[in-house]
Amino acid sequence: MHSTNYHAAITAAEAASLLSSAEDGALLAGGQTLLPTMKARLAAPSDLVDISRAEELRGISITDGAATIGAMTTHAEVAGHAALRSAFPALCDLAGRIGDPAVRHRGTIGGSLANNDPAACYPAAVLGTGAIISTNTRDIAADDYFQGLFATALDAGEVITSITFPIPRAANYQKFAQPASRFALVGVFVAQFAEGVRVAVTGASEEGVFRWTDAETSLSSDFTADAIGGLSVRSQGMISDLHGDGSYRANLVQVLTARAVAAAS
Amino acid sequence: MSEIKMTVNGKPVGGDVADNMLLVEFIRETLRLTGTHVGCDTSQCGACVVHVDGKAVKSCTMLAAAADGAEVTTIEGVANGGLHPMQKAFNDNHGLQCGFCTPGMIMSGIDMVNRYKAEGKTLDEAAIRHELEGNICRCTGYHNIVKSISQAAGEM
Ligand SMILES: Cc1cc2nc3c(=O)[nH]c(=O)nc-3n(C[C@H](O)[C@H](O)[C@H](O)COP(=O)(O)OP(=O)(O)OC[C@H]3O[C@@H](n4cnc5c(N)ncnc54)[C@H](O)[C@@H]3O)c2cc1C
Ligand code: FES
Ligand code: FES
Repeated sequence: MHSTNYHAAITAAEAASLLSSAEDGALLAGGQTLLPTMKARLAAPSDLVDISRAEELRGISITDGAATIGAMTTHAEVAGHAALRSAFPALCDLAGRIGDPAVRHRGTIGGSLANNDPAACYPAAVLGTGAIISTNTRDIAADDYFQGLFATALDAGEVITSITFPIPRAANYQKFAQPASRFALVGVFVAQFAEGVRVAVTGASEEGVFRWTDAETSLSSDFTADAIGGLSVRSQGMISDLHGDGSYRANLVQVLTARAVAAAS
Repeated sequence: MSEIKMTVNGKPVGGDVADNMLLVEFIRETLRLTGTHVGCDTSQCGACVVHVDGKAVKSCTMLAAAADGAEVTTIEGVANGGLHPMQKAFNDNHGLQCGFCTPGMIMSGIDMVNRYKAEGKTLDEAAIRHELEGNICRCTGYHNIVKSISQAAGEM
């Protein structure tokens, strides 16, 4: 790892000000992506601003049909939160299957969304519910936030503070784990609301997480696995690698969507 | 450089550390507690698992500076007089061959048993295998590791 300067910030405002005075600074949340990347010398920030002690960025609150989760809330905290589990079990299940227990003890929802790995799990839940990403300067709608592989609407130095999910009537996340990394080879999040159904797919597309709008239309009028039996996803633009080619991933999108609808609760 | 203070296996330790020093480097190279191993560069193998404030973490994926003020337990800190029930169970069930992964397996095993007990859930074989997703063993085929953790879960 290249040398760096370590700073600890206990509020989002302090983190933003430390970042703005750094030459090439980066926030350090759980470090479960950034530290492996720095060890591989794929990133070499001049300064690290550690927000793991920022209590104002932690915690889960549930009010009138919405769940707000602080950016520094760990995957383990989301998976284990009893009130969230009774309101929105699909989100707890998703968090409980990210990585392994040690990764879940450190890794955070804010870090996962800022990173926007094309195979990450949380982007599917955020886009699949139309959640809102709040930062130190503004609120960003999920439909505007994800901008391709590892690309987001965040400006340099912007700090995610929380994420607000509208709570669906029923939802489910199906993850088909890539056998070596255990990230999603394909993951599908389905959420049913009074206004209609949303379907978001991670792991599959070269453009990163996306909404499968044909399935949304069919499922909004008939929320059954049969309703999408005749639909298929084009293999063009799907990721092809040694774990699966584009047509394999395209087929998985359909299969996992049907499973998610059947399992939604 | 950052000045840090923490408790490791019940003893206060500290000093000035480089800002890019990993917790595992502090444990192995500064404190000379070499029971915690490094098996990979990609945060995947779990040989480096220690407990920080009572939770299993990969000490290769945390900065020493970020552990300032923490209570850390390493494999050297789990035995209390005799072997810890988890250590004894690995011994009884032949839960290791070369032993490289074993410190991480034991720290992860203790962590999972503690969590399942606190939540009142049963740690059955399927749960143990799911919980071990972040600990890689290249020798045993996992079968005796699962048996060891299962035995210890009944005794802890
Ligand atoms: C072995 C292993 C397995 C994994 N498996 C999975 C998996 O199955 N599914 C999955 O989705 N993920 C997986 N991950 C990734 C994991 O979920 C990470 O926790 C997550 O991607 C990053 O969160 P973090 O808190 O660790 O962020 P960090 O690594 O600290 O930061 C990641 C990036 O986000 C930026 N950042 C962090 N917080 C903020 C903020 N509040 N505002 C703005 N920018 C911020 C940082 O500057 C950095 O660029 C795995 C990781 C490992 C090591
Ligand atoms: S050395 Fe830490 S996970 Fe491999
Ligand atoms: S006993 Fe050799 S790696 Fe597990």
